[in-house]
Amino acid sequence: MSNVSKIGDRVHRKEDRRFLTGTGRYVDDLQLSRCTHAHFLRSPHAHARIKGIDTSKAAASAGVVAVFTGKDTADAKVGGLICGWVVKDKHGVPHKAPGHPAIALDTVRHVGDTVAMVIADTAANARDAADKIEVDYEVLPAIVDLTKALSAGAPQVHSDVPGNLCYDWELGDKAAVDAAFAKAAHVTKIDVVNNRLIPNAMEPRAAAAEYDRGTGNYTLHTTSQNPHVTRLVLSAFVLGIPEHKLRVIAPDVGGGFGSKIFIYAEETLCVWAAGKVGRSIKWTADRSESFMTDAHGRDHVTHAEIAMDKDGKFTGFRIDTIANMGAYLSTFATAVPTYLYGTLLAGQYTTPAIHVNVRAAFTHTTPVDAYRGAGRPEATYLVESIVSKAAREIGVDPAELRKRNFIAPTAFPYQTPVALTYDSGNYVPIIDEAMKLSDYAGFGARQSAAKAKGKLRGIGISSYIEACGLAPSAVVGSLGAGVGQWESAQLRFNPTGNVQVLTGSHSHGQGHETTFAQIVSDKLGVPMDQIEVVHGDTSQVPFGMGTYGSRSLAVGGSAIMKAADKIIAKGKKIAAHLMEAAEADIVFENGTFKVSGTDKNVPLAQAVFAAYVPHNYPIDKVEPGMDENAFYDPSNFTYPSGTQICEVEIDPDTGVVEIVHFVAVDDFGNIVNPMVVEGQVHGGIAQGVGQALMEAAAYDNATGQLLSGSYMDYTMPRADDLPSFTLGYKTTPCPHNPLGVKGCGEAGAIAAPAAVMNAVRDALAQVGAQDRIEMPATPQRVWAAINAR
Amino acid sequence: MTISVSMTVNGKAASGNVEARTLLVQFLREHMGLTGTHVGCDTSQCGACVVDVDGASAKSCTILAVQAEGAKVTTIEGLAESAEKLHPMQEAFREHHGLQCGFCTPGMVMSAIDLVKRNNYQVTEDIVRHGLEGNICRCTGYHNIVKAIVAGAASMKAAGV
Repeated sequence: MSNVSKIGDRVHRKEDRRFLTGTGRYVDDLQLSRCTHAHFLRSPHAHARIKGIDTSKAAASAGVVAVFTGKDTADAKVGGLICGWVVKDKHGVPHKAPGHPAIALDTVRHVGDTVAMVIADTAANARDAADKIEVDYEVLPAIVDLTKALSAGAPQVHSDVPGNLCYDWELGDKAAVDAAFAKAAHVTKIDVVNNRLIPNAMEPRAAAAEYDRGTGNYTLHTTSQNPHVTRLVLSAFVLGIPEHKLRVIAPDVGGGFGSKIFIYAEETLCVWAAGKVGRSIKWTADRSESFMTDAHGRDHVTHAEIAMDKDGKFTGFRIDTIANMGAYLSTFATAVPTYLYGTLLAGQYTTPAIHVNVRAAFTHTTPVDAYRGAGRPEATYLVESIVSKAAREIGVDPAELRKRNFIAPTAFPYQTPVALTYDSGNYVPIIDEAMKLSDYAGFGARQSAAKAKGKLRGIGISSYIEACGLAPSAVVGSLGAGVGQWESAQLRFNPTGNVQVLTGSHSHGQGHETTFAQIVSDKLGVPMDQIEVVHGDTSQVPFGMGTYGSRSLAVGGSAIMKAADKIIAKGKKIAAHLMEAAEADIVFENGTFKVSGTDKNVPLAQAVFAAYVPHNYPIDKVEPGMDENAFYDPSNFTYPSGTQICEVEIDPDTGVVEIVHFVAVDDFGNIVNPMVVEGQVHGGIAQGVGQALMEAAAYDNATGQLLSGSYMDYTMPRADDLPSFTLGYKTTPCPHNPLGVKGCGEAGAIAAPAAVMNAVRDALAQVGAQDRIEMPATPQRVWAAINAR
Repeated sequence: MTISVSMTVNGKAASGNVEARTLLVQFLREHMGLTGTHVGCDTSQCGACVVDVDGASAKSCTILAVQAEGAKVTTIEGLAESAEKLHPMQEAFREHHGLQCGFCTPGMVMSAIDLVKRNNYQVTEDIVRHGLEGNICRCTGYHNIVKAIVAGAASMKAAGV
């Protein structure tokens, strides 16, 4: 047998050859015939009334095919962009969802809001023409400061959303929490800002839309993590093109991190306008547009308090958070600071009473939505920051305090006070391994040595929990999700024995073409080079929900397992016929059907061939063909957990923070491909370190201008900003999915900010500055914290 | 108004009529169909567009096509000896999982090769990390890219390329 792979093998990726030779095919690489190019005129103001638009000079400009404004899309009854998750507030009232036209009608509400669309024969001509559009703006006061957005007198973002309040939501037992605080031996309080981030997938968003006048069919090539959801939203809510007349293809996609889940104005308008002008239209964001229009992430301001008894056991936890929605509700914005945040605030701990209140606010900023981790990094940063602060206050080692409060391995399934039921986990061996790998015991000596040369050393721990593998459809439906969150798979064998694995998941860097093939190779004994994973095209693959929330393997992989079971079941019937044996006596091992206790056998490929050439075939019992599909709806979320330990050294003269050692130990359940998992963890940590030390989407409070609107101003982590990482694993298999897997895509980004910041605070504690630092802990901020008087 | 431009791309003569403002990366992608060279930013920061021009790496978004008149340009498509035999640096990236979404990869590989040659095939992790400051990757955290380049340097030396 040639290259059959097993689950757990470190298999090199099948997709790498094309990426390494420049033969990947991203949206902007497409060459469509008679293609036109779109350019979007953007608002230069955070808040302004559009008193008039004169497009006549643009329309007469060289190469221009069409110019559209908000009036044109309104006249054509193009629907507004939608939010697909309805959060009900503490009184049961649905969130406020103000209109979100693809092109602004009479008001612009953030820098970068779409004002007009120009279509021309070349991208350069479209851009030149857009410069000739004359817009008469009446500039209005803007609110970008989240802490003031809900205050009386703040400028209003939408006239139909009083006080800019999208919703006021709560979770947990407030009375129980109040009672716990009344009896507390010690209370630790904290204020944290979870800084706004810009996802920055390296491939900018892009769309290429085609319209076939003969059939009336539309095709959209787009940078999407979930092409079927894009099609559904465009069809059912925005454009009214029937789903069967719209094909959405997400080809090679250059990273997403959440920002490519959402349905944006640009691809919507390209599809609509392609029908209007009868030609293909292509648009690719330049990086400045990405900064202004890709949904941003995080952006919370929180006050929290934790109550402890005399032994340092957590007895109550209260949290008050304001979350920024930006100017409009992005596709899943409302779920992020509620069901993906409030539900995670138990962390790894037995805290019996928790109450969280979240107010979501509109501001004149780019919409905010899910970014790698989505709600869970915000929860982890808060929980792990306050736990380390509490440890310092009561004089207990932060690792010891965590261990005292961990949920015991015997307690699973564990019902938290904030809705979730953790399925599995074993937290002490994880933190012990992380302490070993980081030489936690030797830290004191290293800190003294650093002090001797004038440096401040600190060590920080972050023990995270996440809920991923989104998700049981009935559960998310009851919480307001507009979609189910199962996943689909189809195993389409060909007569010659090779197989296409069609998946509703989408790979934009995760390596599904390899890991999903490994599952099939392991389960069915098919060599890796005989397996092709197909994803991202609504005309090829069954309806699927796409990739986000570390769900692809846990949900999509499980669907593949189910489909493989159906292949085996059908193959047994065929093999029983071919070997003239009873079906009950057939076993399937290593890709071969065998009659139990004999040496008679039929390889899977032979059964497949018989299914397609059914000359000698149990046609009365089994249909021809070998093509099975499956849909998998999980019974619970999965709960990856882990501990990261970061050690930093700060130069007090410059404020520069150097990460000297970074350890991550994770429990992802079973691992399909360790090489791919390591890569996911590395990348996640880098994004978390970026949030902690470098990245911030900064707005000017007076004008609402985005100050960090390019790579000159927004600090992306570069190779010399980061160390190499030390990784470790402990495994408790997920008990409720067939692969026993939990998901690994977001863990690094979820845990790292707290690990880094706890280390920074630990270092700064030597000079009493531990409570004077917020993310990102830039050299300027660190220096200012040290030198504050 | 267009201007005629001629150069050698991946060993073959290439020419076309471009606007004065046409960038080398646009010439490669749109005129030559060599879409392996990517554009990830508009401020010459990300390095996704790095190609080799006359023996040194260059950001092709920062050069006008007409400035490359007469130059010898190598892109990611011109690196591998054949469909079966990758360049040692490409092979090292594959071996060490130095890529995920693949978008920054062509620029990373082109920069890496130049970095190795500039350092006479002797590179350390520290040299690689500092030498890569002109290339941004959002997926890998650089850990495996750095490993790949250190290993790729040794393979390049051994292969004499």
